Amino acid sequence: MLIKLTNGAVYDPASGVDGTKQDIYIQDGRIVNKPVGDDPVDKEFDLSGKVVMSGAIDMHTHIGGGKGNIARILLPEDHRQDPVARTDVTRSGCGHAMPSTFVTGYRYAEMGYTAGFEPAVLPINARQAHMEMADIPILDKGGYVLLGSDDYLLRMLTAKKDQKAINDYVAFTMQAAKAIGVKVVNPGGINAFKFNQRKLDLDEQNCHYGVTPRDILQVLATAVKEIGVSHPLHVHGCNLGVPGNVNTTLDTIQGIGGLPMHLTHIQFHSYGTEGDFKFSSGAAQIAEAVNKNKNITIDVGQILFGQTVTASGDNMRQHANHKFASPNKWVTMDIECDAGCGVVPFKYKDQNFVNALQWAIGLETFLLVEDPWRIFLTTDHPNGAPFTSYPHLIRLLMDRSFRNDVLSTIHPEAQKMTNLASIEREYSLQEIAIMTRAGAAKLIGLQDRGGLSAGNWADITVYTDNVDRQKMFEKPDYVFKDGQLVVVDGKVVSTKWGTTHVVKPDFDASLEKDLQKYFDRFMTMKLGNFKISDDEITEDGRGSLTIHPLNGEVA
Amino acid sequence: MAEITEVPSPFCGIGTDDLNIQVDGVALKVVKNGCAINTPAFEQVITDTLPRVEGKEVSLEVAVAKAAVLLKDTNQPLIGGCATDVNGMRALLALADRSGAVVDNMSFTGARNNFLALQDSGWMNTTLAEIKNRCDLLLVVGTDLESFSPRFFERYLWNEESMFLDDTSKREVIYLGKAPSGEASTSPNGQKAKVFECANADLPEVVAVLRALVKGNPIRVDFVGGIAVTDLQSIADKLKAATYSVVTWAAGALAFSQAELTVQTISEMVKDLNNRNTRSSGFPLGGKEGDQTANQVCGWTTGYPARTRFSSGYPEYDPYLNDANVLLANGEADTLVWVQAFNAKAVPPITTLPTIVVGRSGMTFTQEPDVFIPVGTPGIDHAGHAYRMDNVVAIRLKKLRESGLPSTFDVLNAIEQAL
Repeated sequence: MLIKLTNGAVYDPASGVDGTKQDIYIQDGRIVNKPVGDDPVDKEFDLSGKVVMSGAIDMHTHIGGGKGNIARILLPEDHRQDPVARTDVTRSGCGHAMPSTFVTGYRYAEMGYTAGFEPAVLPINARQAHMEMADIPILDKGGYVLLGSDDYLLRMLTAKKDQKAINDYVAFTMQAAKAIGVKVVNPGGINAFKFNQRKLDLDEQNCHYGVTPRDILQVLATAVKEIGVSHPLHVHGCNLGVPGNVNTTLDTIQGIGGLPMHLTHIQFHSYGTEGDFKFSSGAAQIAEAVNKNKNITIDVGQILFGQTVTASGDNMRQHANHKFASPNKWVTMDIECDAGCGVVPFKYKDQNFVNALQWAIGLETFLLVEDPWRIFLTTDHPNGAPFTSYPHLIRLLMDRSFRNDVLSTIHPEAQKMTNLASIEREYSLQEIAIMTRAGAAKLIGLQDRGGLSAGNWADITVYTDNVDRQKMFEKPDYVFKDGQLVVVDGKVVSTKWGTTHVVKPDFDASLEKDLQKYFDRFMTMKLGNFKISDDEITEDGRGSLTIHPLNGEVA
Repeated sequence: MAEITEVPSPFCGIGTDDLNIQVDGVALKVVKNGCAINTPAFEQVITDTLPRVEGKEVSLEVAVAKAAVLLKDTNQPLIGGCATDVNGMRALLALADRSGAVVDNMSFTGARNNFLALQDSGWMNTTLAEIKNRCDLLLVVGTDLESFSPRFFERYLWNEESMFLDDTSKREVIYLGKAPSGEASTSPNGQKAKVFECANADLPEVVAVLRALVKGNPIRVDFVGGIAVTDLQSIADKLKAATYSVVTWAAGALAFSQAELTVQTISEMVKDLNNRNTRSSGFPLGGKEGDQTANQVCGWTTGYPARTRFSSGYPEYDPYLNDANVLLANGEADTLVWVQAFNAKAVPPITTLPTIVVGRSGMTFTQEPDVFIPVGTPGIDHAGHAYRMDNVVAIRLKKLRESGLPSTFDVLNAIEQAL
């Protein structure tokens, strides 16, 4: 079957195409060159007046794993506000803050997204993350495996194991958990909380291991680079949410010494202590540091006003934040000498000074970081806001007068504490396409995704150009996933199953001898039963694995 | 004859995965690390291999077609049991979605004590490896832990080595409410658990006083539920002095009215302890016969735990009104599907409604169901996944033998496709 998309304005930053009218051909799930012979076009879409981008990729969204399911079970009253009925082509479920898996897939696709990456896959809970993601239709998915508070790594650091040994352990864990990246959350802090430490600064020692967050970041960032994983170490830093943490974040950037590092939901880590309320924006300093240090990438973790739920591996900080829980119920867990989690419902209010300034800090960050290839559009779903708020966020970035209208309604003291009103920048369509497509695919190291040139998989979104960017981005005309038309006029018309993106870095097999001893002595399962086999992803006949090349090998 | 090692068990709830099992044709023998729960569950022989319709043996196709006919013209089907693996639950929920059924896990009335507390105020909990390496004080509330999980103490408390305790035999165990039925809780150096017994009905009061003492509130009586307040004060002092205490209970064992409030009091006490400059965690017991599995899969598929209806076209959760027994008693359902792939003894409730049983081979019925389809057991007849009691770890179940029995997923998926 040959499909032709005719005459659309194509925004494809991966090949430098910026709004040029071009035809796109699709065959066997991929984008192909214009056929040279007389191959008949089976189906043609006239895209005059339409905007064409590749399918969007959410590079940081909590869509799979135990903490998300705790968040679901915790909030029946939220689901009751947004029931989703079954249709001829879709399953029933629930929406709003933490949607059911099926609804997650449908609603992402209905906004033009075709891939999402779970950023906090606990090795011991990786099966659950993959099983949940296996029940998310349409989207491709993948996960970043969480290390840094696991006792095995901390024991290695205390024992002064060399970098090579740590590289082997990181590579082993990526394979065992079927990951495409490595994440660290409050480095060592989740572990320290189990020893009753309630805060852990960048240079503060874990009271049992004597290891600091800085040590952990250094060895993990080095490991990720040396084993050749494209996605830099994905860092949820120390002191999330603490006023004054901008200094920690700046120190983290300086301290990594030029190694590739991705700082996630940086909005939550960009707070100063100025002003009457001892809470101020550090966005300008952060943006300056990001602009200067080309090894750094960030995603924002924008907050938007309304009810949501925060689900994080950072049980230390989530426990500290439980006093803000709204409604007042919350969960933390210590997990398997591996990590932890904390789930705290939040209601961000525009008339609350702190929340209002958080909103402004996120937007300042977006607008002050110059290179759209190094900043990514996230709300840290569902922590800053549910992913369904992305079209609204895009409008805030692309439309200064709209942005300033909203700004004029938030808490007046917060308005005084932000320079947002004076920032003139408006994102272009091409910049949005970079942040949400080409840049994300490049950052994660996805081969043949995030672009519209021949050879790419045909993940394609078609919008009607509209000055109201929220309306434009919330209802694409068409979405194709692997060449299959899955959405028309913002509604799912057919479904399919996406693939799971992984890398498989090599490691020295002798590592498993020591790991086996460790598992037998201290863990609760056998090492052989810990490792996830390929079958577990593929045996249901729906899932598949796509193995991406390591650094330097990407075509 | 082959021997399979490192076999994980879906039966005991604590995720033991060190069993050795001899396989001789379809006969299994647990030769290492069996227990009173796992050994009989693995060794149970296959009796039925063919489905039955109205008591007569038929092919799988005929049985599936008959089940679909029974389901087609119903107004309110009810799917009970819900005891199977992750894939089985996936197919079960797909069938429920298509047929507008009510889904109710057979252990939910017990588990409800936990869900109501969780959904009202939350909790701070832990998992088995943290207990194994950190727990210096275990408080067991209202539960006979060793009959619930025969190997819990051996595997997670009296383990030879732990990362953070010099001597695991110095851990302290306290029972509040029920006394232990055996000696499993006695430490390897002979130290017996301290036991403070009371009637089940007195537990709410006893636990409430314990929490008050943890918070330092004055108590003006000397005894509560027959237990001296000075004894409860000593438990409170130990909890406050412990480095990492763990408070455990089995929701189903708290068999008294409004036990959710006791779970809530326990969970809030754990939070209080964490606000008093020490660490403490709760640890709800469960994980048997797919109970956590049912709630997890239903959780991500619908947003709600496994007592949820699809009759409006979308999921609706009600922990009371969607109770299978209530629906049957009130005549609110018109067909019963019973799914139980783990336990041949867990037969459906007696009912006059048309009944389809998708059950472990070996089920015997006082009243033959309209359709009986024997299925394989996850972890014996086919591979799969099941959650252990801590609700974090999904164990990878192995296929041990070639029995030819279909999986729950195969059967329920076929029925759904036939609708």
